[in-house]
Amino acid sequence: MADGRVATVRGRVAAGPLASVSGGLDFLREYMIVVCVLALFLVLTFTSDTFLTTTNLLNVLQQVAPVGLVAFALTFLLIVGEFDLSSGALFVLTGVLAAKLQPHLGTWPALLIAAMAALAGGVINGLLVAYARINSFVCTLATSLMVAGLSNVITKGFLVTVNAPGFFALGSNELLGVKYSIWILVVAALLCGFVLSRTKFGRWLYAVGGNPEAARLSGINVRAMKVWAFAFSGLAAGIGGAIVVSRTATGQAGNGIDIVFGAFAAVVVGGTSVMGGRGAIWRTMLGIIFLALITNGFNLLQVEPVYQSIIQGAIILTAVAIDSLSRRAS
Amino acid sequence: MKAGAACAVRGIHKRYGAAVALDGVSIDVAAGEIHALVGENGAGKSTLGKIVAGAVAPDAGEIVVDGERVTYRSPRDAIRYGIGLIEQEFALAPDLSVLDNVFLGVELGGRGLVDRARQRERFAELAERIGFRERSSVPVRTLRTADQQKVEILRALVRETRLIVMDEPTAALTRDEADRLLEITRELRDDGVTVIYVSHVLGDVLALADTVTVLKDGRHVKTASAREETTDSLVTAMLGRSLDVAFPERTPPPPDAPVVLSVRGLSRPPAFDDVSFEVRAGEIVGLAGLVGSGRTEIARAIFGADPAAGEVAIEGRELRGRSPRGSIRSGLALLPESRKDQGLVMVRPLSENVTMAHLGVVSRRGVLQRRREQRVVRDTLRSVDARHASQSQPVSSLSGGNQQKAALAKWLVRTPRLLLADEPTRGIDVGAKRAIYDLIRNLAADGLGVLLISSELGEVLGLSHRVIALRAGRVAGEYDGETVDEETVMRAVFGSG
Repeated sequence: MADGRVATVRGRVAAGPLASVSGGLDFLREYMIVVCVLALFLVLTFTSDTFLTTTNLLNVLQQVAPVGLVAFALTFLLIVGEFDLSSGALFVLTGVLAAKLQPHLGTWPALLIAAMAALAGGVINGLLVAYARINSFVCTLATSLMVAGLSNVITKGFLVTVNAPGFFALGSNELLGVKYSIWILVVAALLCGFVLSRTKFGRWLYAVGGNPEAARLSGINVRAMKVWAFAFSGLAAGIGGAIVVSRTATGQAGNGIDIVFGAFAAVVVGGTSVMGGRGAIWRTMLGIIFLALITNGFNLLQVEPVYQSIIQGAIILTAVAIDSLSRRAS
Repeated sequence: MKAGAACAVRGIHKRYGAAVALDGVSIDVAAGEIHALVGENGAGKSTLGKIVAGAVAPDAGEIVVDGERVTYRSPRDAIRYGIGLIEQEFALAPDLSVLDNVFLGVELGGRGLVDRARQRERFAELAERIGFRERSSVPVRTLRTADQQKVEILRALVRETRLIVMDEPTAALTRDEADRLLEITRELRDDGVTVIYVSHVLGDVLALADTVTVLKDGRHVKTASAREETTDSLVTAMLGRSLDVAFPERTPPPPDAPVVLSVRGLSRPPAFDDVSFEVRAGEIVGLAGLVGSGRTEIARAIFGADPAAGEVAIEGRELRGRSPRGSIRSGLALLPESRKDQGLVMVRPLSENVTMAHLGVVSRRGVLQRRREQRVVRDTLRSVDARHASQSQPVSSLSGGNQQKAALAKWLVRTPRLLLADEPTRGIDVGAKRAIYDLIRNLAADGLGVLLISSELGEVLGLSHRVIALRAGRVAGEYDGETVDEETVMRAVFGSG
């Protein structure tokens, strides 16, 4: 990919001790995720009999589909220089709304309207950040609280279960032996990757995140790009929420709101910069797979799950430290 | 109050990248005097002031305070020798109160506790001395600029500062406020404080200073008693800026060349007010002026980067609802003052930077055509002769000169009607400077209008067909670039003679 060539060129141009440190850090930043995924894959293949089976691998993919969608959108946001904490709450709202609406509207309209509500939430976040100039972290923290509260109001604190048999289709049906949700994940990955690397829109996202003033002086509508990125984040949370509620047939306020942390972890572990202007979808895809393999490995090797979050946290810190050090060195 | 500090610098050298800011400067500042540093833009006066105050480290040379050679590792070290700096941008904590700002880091009291009563007492004493009338409990950000500056002065006094460096202290003040500041400065001197006063307001300097040092191109020209100088004699001393680069031949635009840019009554107070001029096709018009004269702000307003009142027309069509986007469509291009902050996206590849403003040229229905883009980037970079290893290398890995060429190439993907070139050669080496001059000249020869802004008067005079002198945001004179001499323009921008 284009990013890879950048690294090798910089490595070659680099001269002197400091520059070679920066070259090494850049190499780490660019390729660490690839090496880690491969290594982990090999380790699990040799230590567990059940790891390298179609059932297990499809299972892993199916589990990461919702968090993957949220992570793709978060990749767009980090590239454009913003952040969205509220996608977890929007994800939950979608499930709750869909479960509540299903008896009245039927399965597909309920899922669609619920996902559109999440999209609307994303647009509102975008407008608040871009036009009211509220810091995106604070803004989405606040809207996240409001949306979570709204979910509680809708459910009145109860579990909302759906009994219609057709409701499971989106989350559980298969095409060619593969679940719909996995197809959605794959198509979304290809589409997002294409948009970022091959379209004007993608270029503008990178430019705005890399240097908003230079982007503005180049005629790019900086605010519009931010609104689009937030809108996408809402939509992704909506689709992810629809998939999960269709799989579990239950909507519950407060359950699943932490999906945003898993998504964020995947994005930064993949090597997308938290400082804007740098990143890619294939990185996030690898980040998702990496974190999923860790969880899967822990389960297969029967390690206490309490250690998982400690290790995940350490991995995120390492990834962000490498990003920050490579920026400073260059 | 302790006696003022005497200070001397010996053989100070300082470079910023390829640019030499100070080249072996030595001066003596006597205890208890007001010593003014004057010079053209880029003469090195601010840099010298900052070196004395420890805010900038010299590459070579020594600083002597009261006969003792000193080395600073930080501005804190300078404070220990009793030297303080008041910069154009204040170093205050905006949300803290006046009192807390004044005593920040030197709080009165013992054992980690602050003795507010004692602080207020001391504050009242000092405030009385310099005529500061605001309450000590209000946050600093609520104060007017002039009062914030007084807080800076109070802060220096609390630290028993014996030498204060003031860098362009009147730049952000109204005339009345500036006069009051001059009074305060005199009172400080009378109390025994030494003042190094960096300014380009020659009238103030002559009214205030005991001694004046003139710098030019980072070199010492002369030091004399202020009583023996006039604005004329000072301007004369600043003249004759040595040109380190040869300029390409001027080809004058044809007499019937159409007007490309017409600016009528453009205003954005206080930066600039009622500015009108025209640029014809093939013509290079230079804007000459001191820092703060409104040069950059005018270019940004024309481009629609900042709002401003007045009319801007391109080839007779008025631009309405000015925005960078609309301006680019109408054929305007802005090569901004800072390529790093405003021109380029440093973390992105060279190719993306070149096509950034004209992605329509290399895409169809929003999808990029990579082959076409590579070709366009290759041809454009070749036309500006930007050396690069690969189109996909990050633009940050290029040298300053090649970055600047890339920033220019960005506007040549589609040929504009008018180029606003703001400091096109800042911080690049002599060879790259000449290359940029040639490029600008050739663009003009091809019929492009160019509005050239530069702090280097030699550059403006060497390239422009016509020169507009700006003083304090207004047009102070318009001259033929071929025939005008440096002295005439300098007198116009300094407002002397």
